[in-house]
Amino acid sequence: MTGKPSMEVELAGVVLKNPVMTASGTFGSGMEYGEFFDLSLLGAVVTKGVADVPWPGNPVPRVAETASGMLNAIGLQNPGIDVFIDRDLPFLAGYDTKVIVNVCGHSEEEYLRVVERLADTDADMLEINISCPNVREGGIAFGTDPAAVEKITKAVKRAARQPVIMKLSPNVTDIKVMARAAESGGADAVSLINTLTGMKIDIEKRCFALANRTGGLSGPAIKPVALRMVYEASHAVKIPVIGMGGIASGEDAVEFLMAGARAVSVGTASFRDPLAAPRAAQGIEDYLIRHGLTDVKDIIGCV
Amino acid sequence: MRKERAGVVFQEQIADHIYSLSLKAGFAKEVKPGQFVLLYSSDRSRLLPRPISICQVSRETGTIRLVYRIAGEGTREFSGLRPGDGIDILGPVGNGFPIADFKDKKVLLVGGGIGIPPLLGAAYELEHPVFAAGYRSETYLLDDLSARGRVLVATEDGSLGVRGNVLDAIRQEYQKPSELPDAFFACGPLPMLRALAEFAGEQGLPCYVSLEERMACGIGACLGCITKTAGVDGHSKVHNARICTDGPVFRAEEVDWS
Repeated sequence: MTGKPSMEVELAGVVLKNPVMTASGTFGSGMEYGEFFDLSLLGAVVTKGVADVPWPGNPVPRVAETASGMLNAIGLQNPGIDVFIDRDLPFLAGYDTKVIVNVCGHSEEEYLRVVERLADTDADMLEINISCPNVREGGIAFGTDPAAVEKITKAVKRAARQPVIMKLSPNVTDIKVMARAAESGGADAVSLINTLTGMKIDIEKRCFALANRTGGLSGPAIKPVALRMVYEASHAVKIPVIGMGGIASGEDAVEFLMAGARAVSVGTASFRDPLAAPRAAQGIEDYLIRHGLTDVKDIIGCV
Repeated sequence: MRKERAGVVFQEQIADHIYSLSLKAGFAKEVKPGQFVLLYSSDRSRLLPRPISICQVSRETGTIRLVYRIAGEGTREFSGLRPGDGIDILGPVGNGFPIADFKDKKVLLVGGGIGIPPLLGAAYELEHPVFAAGYRSETYLLDDLSARGRVLVATEDGSLGVRGNVLDAIRQEYQKPSELPDAFFACGPLPMLRALAEFAGEQGLPCYVSLEERMACGIGACLGCITKTAGVDGHSKVHNARICTDGPVFRAEEVDWS
C-alpha cells in the first residue's frame, strides 16, 4: 500500500482532518497545551464550557484521584462569552483545526444568549453542555429528562448559526432515549459521555474529598461504560455520535470508532500526558496502516 | 515547561516519611527557586501527576533535588526509586519567588512542615537569608539550612528551639521593629501562611507565600487548583487564580484569606 490512509471524517457538513478532538473542560481553550504541541494536529479543539457571564466555579478541593480515574467538581469556572470571543477564539483561529465551542448555562435563556453571541464568530460548531453534574441549575438538570433535552435542543437550533452537538449525560437509565430526544429536537450530532457522578471520602479526616461532596468521574475507569453507551446511542439515532470517556490511546479511540462513533474526544488522558490527543490521532493512523486500510471511515461502526 | 524522562541520581530517607531525591533533568538550568515539578507514577491506575517543590538545583550538573513527604501511594512509589531508575517528570512549573527584587535585602524564609524545602533553594539566590523553620517534633534539613543562614527553629513539642509555631519564634526574635527583615518568603500549611500574612501586614512588610492545592493537569488548563484572590484574576476574570501557573507564589495581599 502506498500513501497515508484518509483520516478525514465529516460532522454535519464540517470536515475534520482526523477524528480526534479534545473533551470539553480538559483542554481550556488550548493555550496551555499549545506550549506542548501544534494544535493543528487535532481534528478539532472543543473548548471548556463558556457561559454568558464569568462563572467562579466551586470551592476547593475540586479534584481527587480514584483508581484509574479522577473526580472533578470544577463547577464550570469560565471567563464568560465576552472574554472568550475577544481572547480565546482569535487564539484558536491561528491554528488549522476546527473550533467547537462548548456552551453552558443555568437556564434556557442563558444558553441562548451565548449561542446568539457566537453566531457572528467563526466558531465551526457548538456543543451544548446539558450534562455537567457539578452545577446545581442547568447542566445535568436539562440532560436527564428527555422532554427537557428535546425542548432545549429545539430552542438552541432555532438560535444557532452553526451545527449543534448535544452533549449527553451517562447518569440516565437509558442513553438511547436521550440520544433520540436530541435527534427529535433537531440536533446535528450528539457527544457522549460526560462524567459519571461519583464520590470519595477521606477516612482519616472523615470528610468528603471534594468540597462539592460529589464530582464527575472520568478516566480509563469509565471507558467500558462509555463504550457501551456510544454503541447503544449510535445504533439508536441517525445523526453522528462523538464518543468519549477514558480514551487515552489510539487503540482506545479505535474501539470507540468501531462501536459507532464518527469522532472521538481525548479528555482526562491529557492530564497525564499533554500529548495524549495528538498521540491518539497518530495511533489511529498507525492502526489503519498496520491493517492495510485506506480510510478511517471503514472502521466506523464495524462491529 | 516540558515533560521528559528524568534519571534518578540519588535518593535517601532523611526523616520519618521524608525523602531527598536527586534527578538529572534537562530543564534544570531553567529552574527558578519556588518553582515545582510534576512527577508521574509508573502505575497507570494512578493517573494524576504529583506536584513537588524543587528544593535545590545544580545548574552545573543539571540535577534537581526534591525533598518530599510520603503522603499516599504515589509518593510511596517514588520513595522506592533507586539510582539508574527513570521517572516521567514535567517542569519547571510556576512563577517562583521574586528573587531579583530582594536579592540584596534581608529576607526571612519562613517554612512549616513539608513547606521548608523550596526555601533552601531560594536562600542560595539571596545575599542575606535567614530562616524560620517550624516542625511538629522531628526536624529535617536543618544542617542544609544552617549552612546557608541563621535558623530560628520552632517545634510544637518544644524538643528544639521555641516551643510553639513558627510565628511564636518570629515574634520572640523580632521584638524591636528596627530588627525586622525587609521581606518574608513563606511556604507551609495555610494557617501558618495566613498568620504570617497578617503579621507582615501589621508591620507593613512585603510577604510572599507559596500555596498548594489538589491539582489535576498542573499546567493551567483544568482549573482544579485555584485560590481565592482579592482581585479579579487574569484567566477567568473572577476571583480565582490558578495555583499551578499563576502561582504557586503570591504576594500575601493578592490572596483572599477569608
